[in-house]
Amino acid sequence: MDFQDYQGVWVFIEKKDEAVASVSLELLGAGRKLADKRGVELAGILIGENVKHLTKTVFEYGADKVYVYDQPIFKHYRTESFMRALLDCTEKYKPEIILFGATSTGKDLASAVATDMPTGLTADTTELDVEEETGLLLASRPAFGGNIMATILCKKYRPQMATVRSKVMKALPPQPGRTGNIVEETISLKEEDIRTKVLEIVRETVKKVRIDEADIIVAGGKGLGSFEGFQLIHQLAETVGGAVGASRDVVEAGWIEHAHQVGQTGVTVTPKIYFAIGISGAIQHIVGMKNSGLIIAINKDKEAPIFQNCHYGIVGDAFEIVPILIEQFKNALSKEKVR
Amino acid sequence: MLHIVACIKQVPDTKIIKMNPKTNTMDRRTAPAILNPYDAHAVEEAVRLKERYGGIVSVVTMGPPPAVNAIKTCIEIGADEGYLITDRRFAGADTLATSYAVTKAIEKIAKTRPVDLIICGKMSIDGDTGQVGPGIARRLDIPPLTSVNKVEEINQEEGYAIVHRKLEDGYEVVKSSLPCLFSVEKTINEVPYSPLPNMIKAARYKPHIWSVDDLEGVDIKQLGLKGSPTIVSKVWAPQKPAGGTFFEGSPREQVEQLLSVVLEKRELFEVKGEK
Ligand SMILES: Cc1cc2nc3c(=O)[nH]c(=O)nc-3n(C[C@H](O)[C@H](O)[C@H](O)COP(=O)(O)OP(=O)(O)OC[C@H]3O[C@@H](n4cnc5c(N)ncnc54)[C@H](O)[C@@H]3O)c2cc1C
Ligand SMILES: Nc1ncnc2c1ncn2[C@@H]1O[C@H](COP(=O)(O)O)[C@@H](O)[C@H]1O
Repeated sequence: MDFQDYQGVWVFIEKKDEAVASVSLELLGAGRKLADKRGVELAGILIGENVKHLTKTVFEYGADKVYVYDQPIFKHYRTESFMRALLDCTEKYKPEIILFGATSTGKDLASAVATDMPTGLTADTTELDVEEETGLLLASRPAFGGNIMATILCKKYRPQMATVRSKVMKALPPQPGRTGNIVEETISLKEEDIRTKVLEIVRETVKKVRIDEADIIVAGGKGLGSFEGFQLIHQLAETVGGAVGASRDVVEAGWIEHAHQVGQTGVTVTPKIYFAIGISGAIQHIVGMKNSGLIIAINKDKEAPIFQNCHYGIVGDAFEIVPILIEQFKNALSKEKVR
Repeated sequence: MLHIVACIKQVPDTKIIKMNPKTNTMDRRTAPAILNPYDAHAVEEAVRLKERYGGIVSVVTMGPPPAVNAIKTCIEIGADEGYLITDRRFAGADTLATSYAVTKAIEKIAKTRPVDLIICGKMSIDGDTGQVGPGIARRLDIPPLTSVNKVEEINQEEGYAIVHRKLEDGYEVVKSSLPCLFSVEKTINEVPYSPLPNMIKAARYKPHIWSVDDLEGVDIKQLGLKGSPTIVSKVWAPQKPAGGTFFEGSPREQVEQLLSVVLEKRELFEVKGEK
């Protein structure tokens, strides 16, 4: 394998509600930095049916080029069809790095593609960098083993691939009118060649909790002691008009559903205010909330790592502090209204 | 008669694992090894399908010798056969090398009884990637179906399966040809307490144990550390921010100070208050 042949940074462009998914915009931002450091092109790869109009957005967010596969066979995401397009394109144009959102689609596609190439794939990356000289991708993620990060490399294979968590990278401000090069590709793939068929898509009407959109999150941890104790978190959330978040241990204990879990295996959130109450602050939790505007920690252990990752902290018993907080908050907010 | 193979892994129980306060890392020795919780759901689903359509459930794992215990847990859930592939040459495998080795084991299992369906967990709680399942599917050249949270139908005569795949805002119903591979969500089922006869069977059960030499057509270069394109280059403590400011005084005073900080962002609360 001649590494010289492999050039450029690619981002797999995922679609959400007929627009470019926000994670793809974030990856274009991250990819732009890598491409500039290496002095190479940033390209998007866009696969779907009637998707060509999305290239505009992809350029505005930083891409120099977009490879487009726009064919009816790509109407629905299917591993086999999308994989064929991506393998085809990679073989032809040989990128050095391909980034995917760590969404269910991104992970599904990346895992399949990496096996066929074959090449290394780093999952759920939260930090990205590249060696200027060698083009070696430095993909870092929290590692099993506690409060540590691990940098994962793929030295002997190209392209290098990583899935990246949403909400951890920053999209660039869009530049209206910025354009680039559209490369239209097609593959000859017949419906009979694909062994799966999407029969139906069911959108669930019940609005699912989306804590990643909340301005204020009140998150509780195992320190609340029990399901009953955890209700204190709901009370504070209600008082301040925030959403409820939780650590994984709380979710595993069954005090709240998984949709509320913040962190590596939960949701990444960036609210304006984040309360971490009775949460120790393990790295897997921190990566999911560290970009919040204002982080307030309440924990009875002065040494808890959460205090290293917050803006303000109160050392104390949640069952003493939080009721006072609720009371004072109610007072303050009602005064506001009177005025 | 369906033959379903569930892929399982033994993992340290991260819930019980203790932290080393000095190094701030997990002390693995304190962690008991358990069956990866996601894989318990994979085995349970396989057992339910067996009960629905008739058939046999085999479980396969690559791991160190004590992984026999994870296999026994699967027998308790209702699996019929267990296969452990264990060898020093498997050690240090990343997801690509893992899927290679497990695939070789499945190919050997399929020699005695063709496999109709493979079920994996969504992810392992230590590896935490969800990459091994789709990897196995690609190596066997069968369709991978990830995020499965319901199996609607398996039709062996006509050779298809219909499942629900979880999407962010709902689900899709997908039909796939058999054989195929599912990676299942935890929500697909609940794993009940095992019935006594299964416990007794598990206690006595002796899994098939294979080394690399028992497998066929293995390219040694693709195994373990050597066969792993990804390497962990360094492990580092994330840079610590300066850390938070602690408030002082009585709890009540501390809350007051906190409130004055938070209320600087008053606009957040006013909007909510008006609703
Ligand atoms: C692969 C992997 C992925 C993971 N993904 C995630 C993830 O996405 N999200 C996540 O959160 N975790 C995740 N974890 C788990 C993580 O490592 C921690 O185990 C978990 O975050 C700890 O939860 P906790 O802080 O609620 O509990 P603990 O660590 O038990 O902390 C409880 C805290 O509460 C404090 N406390 C106790 N009583 C009180 C009281 N009365 N008042 C105030 N404080 C009190 C204690 O001092 C302690 O600091 C993951 C782990 C692994 C291995
Ligand atoms: N060593 C292994 N042996 C057998 N199956 C495995 C192994 N590692 C992972 N798997 C399967 O692949 C799934 C995803 O694991 P991972 O990619 O490590 O998150 C698991 O839930 C298992 O079903």
